[in-house]
Amino acid sequence: MSPDNVPILRVNDLLKRFGGFHALDGLTFHVSSGEILGLVGPNGSGKTTAINVISGLYAPDRGEVLFDGTSVGGMASHKLVHRGINRTFQVPKPFMSLTVRQNLEVARTYGRAGASGPSMSDLLEEYRLADVADRPAHDLTNVQQKMLDLVRALATQPRLLLLDELAAGLNPTELDWIAERIKALAKGGLAIIVVEHLMGFIEQITDRVIVMNAGKEIFEGTLAVAVKVPEVIEVFLGGEHAA
Amino acid sequence: MPDTLRHYLFIAVPLLVVLAVLPSVYNNHLLLFNFVIFFILAQGVNIIYGFTGYLPFGYVGFFGAGAYGFALMVMHLNSPAPVAVLAGGLVAVVLGLILTPLLRLAGAYFSIANLAAALAVLHLIANPALESITKGPYGVALNGTFNPTWAYAGAVLILALTLGIVVYLKNSSFGLALQAVREDSFSASMSGVNVVKMRTIAWLASALVAGLAGGVFAWYVSVFYPDNVFSADFSIFAIVFALFGGVATICGPLIGVIILYGIYNLIGFTTPQYFQLIYGLLIMGLVLFLPAGLVSLATRRGWNVP
Ligand SMILES: Nc1ncnc2c1ncn2[C@@H]1O[C@H](COP(=O)(O)OP(=O)(O)O)[C@@H](O)[C@H]1O
Ligand SMILES: [Mg+2]
Repeated sequence: MSPDNVPILRVNDLLKRFGGFHALDGLTFHVSSGEILGLVGPNGSGKTTAINVISGLYAPDRGEVLFDGTSVGGMASHKLVHRGINRTFQVPKPFMSLTVRQNLEVARTYGRAGASGPSMSDLLEEYRLADVADRPAHDLTNVQQKMLDLVRALATQPRLLLLDELAAGLNPTELDWIAERIKALAKGGLAIIVVEHLMGFIEQITDRVIVMNAGKEIFEGTLAVAVKVPEVIEVFLGGEHAA
Repeated sequence: MPDTLRHYLFIAVPLLVVLAVLPSVYNNHLLLFNFVIFFILAQGVNIIYGFTGYLPFGYVGFFGAGAYGFALMVMHLNSPAPVAVLAGGLVAVVLGLILTPLLRLAGAYFSIANLAAALAVLHLIANPALESITKGPYGVALNGTFNPTWAYAGAVLILALTLGIVVYLKNSSFGLALQAVREDSFSASMSGVNVVKMRTIAWLASALVAGLAGGVFAWYVSVFYPDNVFSADFSIFAIVFALFGGVATICGPLIGVIILYGIYNLIGFTTPQYFQLIYGLLIMGLVLFLPAGLVSLATRRGWNVP
């Protein structure tokens, strides 16, 4: 893998408050096209909140989100989608009463304009949804719903993809399979941020990891190094900050 | 044949033709007119509730605003009736625009705020201080426009427009995106859908048809009080008819009006004392056993109901 040197996404000093609580507290990092960045940290450390802010669900209370050189912090989600940011949800929420095909049709019609991505049938085939293409999303298994959520994101032709615990709940064979798919996407030039608890999976696919605790970065580098840093070990073994 | 064309040819056109012919073979023209009005209002509820999930308890606000839009145009500007009907639609759209902040509310909060808004408009119009403009609580009696035949034709035309909107929503990617918004607004916005804009358009379309219906209603009756055209019955009936038949379909609300408004008139005329009882039981049974409406009897079997 050969990440570009110019980051497609930079976040600087992000702060996000819920009441008096700082879910993000000065978070700074970057990711480049073709790179897979792991975002790890204990429950409640702010990983999902970071994704929510970058994807426009929440406006940051302070700090900057720079996508492709433009400040996009606080911009409406659909505009970010049109610029090329997309994400999956930790708990996928597809359009339950619409069929799989209709779910994708919405994303293809309203996603990034002008981009001509893979065909609907290729996407369905590739992510093992072809057999259920005409079934309503509520008939799908949890793993299929996760794949549908991923394919929905891909159908909008993103340049930055944020994956929030996509691998949770997959069996070992499925994990290997999805790891290969994610690596292939990065090879195609996509910048990918992976939030995950499964360290083996993170090890397998990421170039670099950011370890978060209490809304800020406490480590940046490879996972192999991270697991030797005392502060990281303490946080993961249930230190005082771990929720 | 594309679905859109099929839906026009086999649902909208036959219904409109039957409604156009019926007055020459059936004498109770007021009843026919009321059927047309409820077809429009039930489909208007379908547009906003079926496609976006907002249940408008104060839907009658648009109808009443349309009726008064018509009356003001006729009383103060001597406007011809068709122009006044259009003005009624416009007034409702303006009211819809003023009320767009309500769309930020979810579920029951939206419904209750919408109900309160309709009451506020009623009390504004019925305010004795505005007698010189709206005739306040004393009601309006319009001269010079009374023409039930043309008003009926106008109502059928508005129904045609309304069915056109619903057929479009049912078959277009716009309508699909609206349903996506109804199912999950976060996933919809991450599909690139401008959620606020979509909801606003559906809301205004739904306001427009109710306003036009109110305008044509004022044309038909010519004499009315604020309480008549702001009666909560309009909202309740339109919602119940649409839900009974099944929303987010073209046929559902139409079937709902035919069956329930039909029963209402049968029981209401012959044995009014049983009406409330039977109607109440019917609605309870429906909510308990058929929450997705009559058409769900077919869709559960895998049949596709347009
Ligand atoms: N919408 C919200 N309202 C209030 N608190 C929130 C909200 N979203 C997240 N939080 C809080 O922010 C902290 C970080 O949450 P989250 O980003 O989901 O953590 P992670 O994904 O790392 O497990 C948690 O303490 C969580 O309770
Ligand atoms: Mg999380």
